[in-house]
Amino acid sequence: MPKIDTSLFEIGTLDRLAAGDTDIHALDPRAKLVTTLAFILTVVSFGRYEVASLVPLLAFPLVLAILGRVPGPYLLRKLLIASPFAVMVGMFNPFLDQTVLLNVSGLNVTGGWVSFAAILLRFALSVTAALVLIATTGFAQVCMALTRLGTPRIFATQLLFLYRYIFVLTEEGLRMSRARDLRSFGRRGTGLRIYGFMLGQLLLRTMDRAGRIHRAMLCRGFDGEVRLNRRLRWRREDVLFVCGWLGFFALARVFNLPQELGQMLLKVIA
Amino acid sequence: MSHHIVEVQDLRFAYPDGNEALSGLSFRIHHGESVAIVGANGAGKSTLLLHLNGCLVPKQGTVRIGDFPLTEKTLPDVRRTVGMVFQDPDDQLFMPTVYDDVAFGPLNLGLPFDEVDARVRAALATVGGEHLAKRPPYRLSGGEKRAVAIATVLSMSPNILVLDEPTSNLDPRARRNLITLLHGFEHTKIIATHDLDMVMDLCGRTIVMHRGHILADGPTRDIFADDRLLDEGHLERPLSLR
Repeated sequence: MPKIDTSLFEIGTLDRLAAGDTDIHALDPRAKLVTTLAFILTVVSFGRYEVASLVPLLAFPLVLAILGRVPGPYLLRKLLIASPFAVMVGMFNPFLDQTVLLNVSGLNVTGGWVSFAAILLRFALSVTAALVLIATTGFAQVCMALTRLGTPRIFATQLLFLYRYIFVLTEEGLRMSRARDLRSFGRRGTGLRIYGFMLGQLLLRTMDRAGRIHRAMLCRGFDGEVRLNRRLRWRREDVLFVCGWLGFFALARVFNLPQELGQMLLKVIA
Repeated sequence: MSHHIVEVQDLRFAYPDGNEALSGLSFRIHHGESVAIVGANGAGKSTLLLHLNGCLVPKQGTVRIGDFPLTEKTLPDVRRTVGMVFQDPDDQLFMPTVYDDVAFGPLNLGLPFDEVDARVRAALATVGGEHLAKRPPYRLSGGEKRAVAIATVLSMSPNILVLDEPTSNLDPRARRNLITLLHGFEHTKIIATHDLDMVMDLCGRTIVMHRGHILADGPTRDIFADDRLLDEGHLERPLSLR
């Protein structure tokens, strides 16, 4: 159980970071959202064997994390927690794809390994970018940006409520499991059957609570739209931010920057 | 000012499972009155409160808030007039930050940005919660949650405050603060509670409910002095009267 406790605590860290006050935090949430989405699209669009050309894109999450004061160790930890998914996806590539692509001092590097590395890198880039976005913007603001950019309202509302009540739900689950542990001495009482009852109970409680919350919302005039009292304003910084990064993504996508740089360097030396 | 009157006539209500929760209640609460609704668990207190702003629809009988009978059409007006504070603040505080939560009602009323902002600040100041504005509600202590829950209602400037068990789960200091806060309100107050000492402090009039009926309705002092009545209603004399 302590696991759930600590991971919840870590969601809290995200909130604390989002309350920061840097230039990155001050940017319009829509600007950050659009840029991050464009970034992820760019990253995903690269071919399966392209590793080196992806590397320059690291600049985006790195620059944002540094300017937005998002601690590196925290990001790494989150990345590790999510990494099993990416590893599972790419795990079999080295076995399936045995074509040798290059030879590094006697060691054959197969296409499988290269594409595996590409999958891991793409995963790391997109997840870090998403984390940095939330850590410098805040979940509620991201949801608001989503609605302003035309996402169906119900979708953003769902996300907001998910985020708000995940804490209450886990706490309720924790309390139940604690109560069970206290009265199940050793193994008895921890079986699958009891687990099923508990899940059912949790579902019923959740539905009850949903009813009460809905009532509380109706009492305060809820009409299907969740409004936030914030003004969003596009400033010059936001335009520069979006255009600058989009330009960079396009460059990194069209040219193989490390290769071009290397060639330029060689020319200079020659 | 007649529009702050709460009048309930022969109110009956049964839950869909057939359980009759209210079997014919009538009372009239005047402007500025502070009324306690007490009674055993399951006596129908919460069910009654849910009728006062149309969360539940009576099977029979009427509820009048001020000049309007409570109907589908008058519902928005009634809900603005009657501010309801629920028992569990986690049900009431559903927005990402305290500020957004207090702003929820006024924004739904369609008020402009600056007006909403002013109301939020005023409501938070009233409950002493200005410093909580940016915090997420799930991080607050029990007493802070309760205070903010009241602010979410105050920001709509209701004329009538309805509170369900406002002092439950509070530590003595937080409870005392809440009582002082409620004392300061000139609203009509209707409070369902088991905290009879708070009733002594706050409410001049008490309605005792028992199994969906009104067992007694009168001045708090008289009711709490009647041991037989208290026993019948599963109640006890408050400590301050022993």
